[in-house]
Amino acid sequence: MAIMISGASSPLYASRRRKNGITMTLAYLATGFGLTWLALILGVLFWEGFSGLSLRVFTEMTPPPGAAGGLLNPIIGSLVMTFIAVLIGTPLGVLAGTYLAEYGRHDKLSTVVRFINDILLSAPSIVVGLFVYEIMVAQMGHFSGWAGSVALAVIVVPVVVRTTEDMLTLVPDTLREAAASIGLPRSLMIAKVAYRAARAGMITGVLLAIARISGETAPLLFTALNNQFWTNDMNAPVSSLPVVIFQFALSPYKDWQELAWTGALIITLAVLALSITARFLGGQSKKS
Amino acid sequence: MVDVAFQSGSAVSVAEQVDRAKVLQKLRLGDAAFRHLTRAAAVTVLVILSGIIFSLVYGAWPALQKFGFNFLIEESWNPVTEHFGAIAPIYGTIVTSLIAMLIAVPVGLFIALFLTELCPLWLRRPVGIAIELLAGIPSIIYGIWGLFVFAPFLQQHVQPFLIAAFGNVPVLSTLFEGPPYGIGILTAGLILAIMVLPFITSISRDVFEAVPPVLKEAAYGLGCTTWEVARYVVLPFTRVGVIGGVMLALGRALGETMAVTFVIGNAHRISGSILAPGTTISATIANEFTEAVGDLYTSSLIALGLILFVITFIVLAFARLMLMRLNARLGT
Repeated sequence: MAIMISGASSPLYASRRRKNGITMTLAYLATGFGLTWLALILGVLFWEGFSGLSLRVFTEMTPPPGAAGGLLNPIIGSLVMTFIAVLIGTPLGVLAGTYLAEYGRHDKLSTVVRFINDILLSAPSIVVGLFVYEIMVAQMGHFSGWAGSVALAVIVVPVVVRTTEDMLTLVPDTLREAAASIGLPRSLMIAKVAYRAARAGMITGVLLAIARISGETAPLLFTALNNQFWTNDMNAPVSSLPVVIFQFALSPYKDWQELAWTGALIITLAVLALSITARFLGGQSKKS
Repeated sequence: MVDVAFQSGSAVSVAEQVDRAKVLQKLRLGDAAFRHLTRAAAVTVLVILSGIIFSLVYGAWPALQKFGFNFLIEESWNPVTEHFGAIAPIYGTIVTSLIAMLIAVPVGLFIALFLTELCPLWLRRPVGIAIELLAGIPSIIYGIWGLFVFAPFLQQHVQPFLIAAFGNVPVLSTLFEGPPYGIGILTAGLILAIMVLPFITSISRDVFEAVPPVLKEAAYGLGCTTWEVARYVVLPFTRVGVIGGVMLALGRALGETMAVTFVIGNAHRISGSILAPGTTISATIANEFTEAVGDLYTSSLIALGLILFVITFIVLAFARLMLMRLNARLGT
């Protein structure tokens, strides 16, 4: 004790204490800084978005400049394209993830696929747009909703591959061995035992993928393009919420800008709801 | 049938054996089919990547053939004379990302330090979730917020101050030269910093948490302050992981499109001042692709995409290698 007291008064100790105090204050400030931005962005978004929110937004088409209107066609367009993208991307991602976790956990192919998949996971989405433009739009000669869906599917795949593999790896091997010991073939074991045990986690992955693509703008800009009107034809350009926000926000018209804010609010609420649901599901799967 | 079974005791009848073989055969086929299906799906991931590379090279070929190496170093971007060079967007991409990393790396590391060492337990989860929510916000939201809220704020309050403060300081005066536009390289860099902050924070928090408590406790036991533990124990132990996380965030910043497109100003020139409008690779593609007329113009834009993909691929590959090294060391 006596040693400590004499140490406390030494200049070296004081300077170490001071250094610690400064850096710890910086850590508090940094956290405050980060949270301030979150509050500022969400605050402005809610303020601007809710002031334009009305039933009309969900029942009317996008207006020409200077007129009143809603966001019905981009909302539907986004929903349809997201749905198709998930329909294409999920099976592909789940199967690939199954291979990585169940069949080839340690083989060379898996190592390469895992590495490439991780790169695709954070590759610039605008490049995906260019890729789909080259293979679909340029070949077919026109922009289309299908091209938009495929571009989004390319973004879905790596997310689902990653979560499927992670969740299947968490399933204890004893479950698999038990299934094998009663004579279940491997494919049935995977479908009936491994998938069932990892189900919550895999659904989380799909939800996260939906959250990810519902805000994606760059890959849609030159695949699905945009459409001022309602369309049932996926072969034609289809409007989507993010692209409409992009176009309207950069326009000089006041009511277009207002609709852009409202659209931004809708997307953010959808994404936040999805990620909170995903977190809830993920938390449950960890507990069980 | 009954006779046979009765006579041979518990032995299985021939017909039953045939049935059994059939079922087994079916299961075996199904098994093999499923196995090959999953393998094919795994290979599809590789096909997607090579498809991206091939289609970009194919699309960029006319421009690369016409301009050759000069494409990388020319500044002019003229759709009328069809003369294109990529150095201005490349410069913008690198400078905006650099500004973003300069701000986001120290702040992100300090937040991670707060979350792992200082934060009371009950607060850890909420703050962690809040930071991750920031990561979940789509980039277009950052873009629209940057355009309508952040850029006017910078123009009215921050940039005039910067110009006045650094106007007479050599070197810095060129950096902060010109009128306060609001939009420009600096604004784009700041928005990117806010965007990548959560990536850096969550990865560094995860790797900080992976440090064996024994190591930290030993340092505390020697009388180290929290800062000394962080600086001399946690950081050296997790260095590869932190570098991996930073590179991952850099990959995001380099390729980010929407947040930047709104606030960069889309000007194809290299300016010494970071207050001036500029452009980035992704912003150029997003702004001009649908309006590009002529094969050479389109091809030049795809060539820009190819350059972006190559840069981000290298950065991301490096990031993954670093993170893999950390995992190998932790033995997971």
